[in-house]
Amino acid sequence: MLLKIVFSFLSVTLLGGLLGVGLAVAAKLLAVKKDERIGEVESILPGANCGACGYPGCSGYAEAVVNEGASLTLCSPGGAEVAEKIAKIMGQSVEVSATKMVAQVHCRGTRDTSKYAFDYNGLADCNAMMILYGGDKECKYGCLQGGSCIAVCPVDAIGRDEKNRIWVDKDRCISCGKCIDVCPTNVMKWVPYDADYIVACNSKDKGAKTRKYCTVGCIACKICEKKSGDGGFIVEDFLAHIEYDMKGDRTAAVESCPAKCIISTKTAKAEIDEVKETVKVNDES
Amino acid sequence: MTYIGIIITFVFINNFILTQFLGLCPFIGVSKNIESAVGMGFAVTFVMALASLATWAIQNFILVPLNIEFLQTITFILVIASLVQFVELVIQNISPALYKALGIYLPLITTNCAVLGIAIISVQSKFNALESFVAGFAAGLGFLLAILLMSAIRTKLDSEWIPKPFRGIPIAFITGGLMALAFMAFDKALLTNLIG
Repeated sequence: MLLKIVFSFLSVTLLGGLLGVGLAVAAKLLAVKKDERIGEVESILPGANCGACGYPGCSGYAEAVVNEGASLTLCSPGGAEVAEKIAKIMGQSVEVSATKMVAQVHCRGTRDTSKYAFDYNGLADCNAMMILYGGDKECKYGCLQGGSCIAVCPVDAIGRDEKNRIWVDKDRCISCGKCIDVCPTNVMKWVPYDADYIVACNSKDKGAKTRKYCTVGCIACKICEKKSGDGGFIVEDFLAHIEYDMKGDRTAAVESCPAKCIISTKTAKAEIDEVKETVKVNDES
Repeated sequence: MTYIGIIITFVFINNFILTQFLGLCPFIGVSKNIESAVGMGFAVTFVMALASLATWAIQNFILVPLNIEFLQTITFILVIASLVQFVELVIQNISPALYKALGIYLPLITTNCAVLGIAIISVQSKFNALESFVAGFAAGLGFLLAILLMSAIRTKLDSEWIPKPFRGIPIAFITGGLMALAFMAFDKALLTNLIG
């Protein structure tokens, strides 16, 4: 009996010890030599694993930068700051554009303001809605409100208000561009982070047609061009947009816009913040 | 028992997942798409074959001579876990491509019950070294077969309408249960008919 206890004690101890030491030795001997810079680059990257760079996660991008000589500026969440730090490690220099771009929805059409062709009752996915006659709105350029961008956003920066309108929180947006890729109507577009106003319409139909199916759509009346000459308003394809390089005052155009579709990025954000809480409560129930 | 008999037994008749209900965790967890299911299946086959060989050696050279077979479970787990770690290191050096395919699955199955199961079943069936190895390999193939079928079904299920309470894991278990029923068709009679 005593012998058995001694044997079992010894065998397990020895076996465990041998295997442990063996593994430790093997790990040293067989260690794969990794470029140290991979770890350094990875520690600088934001770690959101958003995939905006086109590589599988931040570690994949770090490896590609060091081993395959990938471009240093692909990390859009990190922006200029991260690109410069990576360049320092890699001993290279980079030039990055300083303005941070964020995604934003250029449509405020709701059930109250826009005409709908039919009631969509299928999969809650914009690309699925698009397949069915280009979506349920009469306007084929607007936001379908299916929420594909909300689902794809890696940082939860996109939300809805009580009228189902979708809005991007620019302070949370990391510029990964996933929502822009997924949006079938291209109503999700880049705007500079510091943009004060956006033209919240994407309709390239003629003014008369736009007016027929939407009360908040741009009718290409060119009043904004006239009222704010240095505000950067340009009407093209029956749709106004803002050249943000022009820094002139835009308030005159905003006030005179007959469709009121030039909206402040601040007021819309305040609306969404209020509502986000209630939406969450509804989700749980 | 012949080697063909062992293979048929462990792939079909005593399929680890569908008849013995071992290794359900990777079966449910990694069967969402076919690609990762195949990766997991091959990793399990690989580990099972090696583990049954290693544990056969432990059983016959250490536990039986010292008359301490009751330590079977703890020593087997010890050996299997370190064996897998070691193999992972070796693969990482020899073949980075194979490491990329199997690498992430290997640590997941170090202490899987299916791997420990084949080790203990081999010992209880009094297999010799080669028979243990073949049994481990065949059990792994059975696992590969089951998880491959499962992942193919689950990919199809993705586009089907399923009642809300059954979505995800519940429907996977129901599917697994139906597959297990189908596998009941394979029994000992099949073996005797095939090879006498």
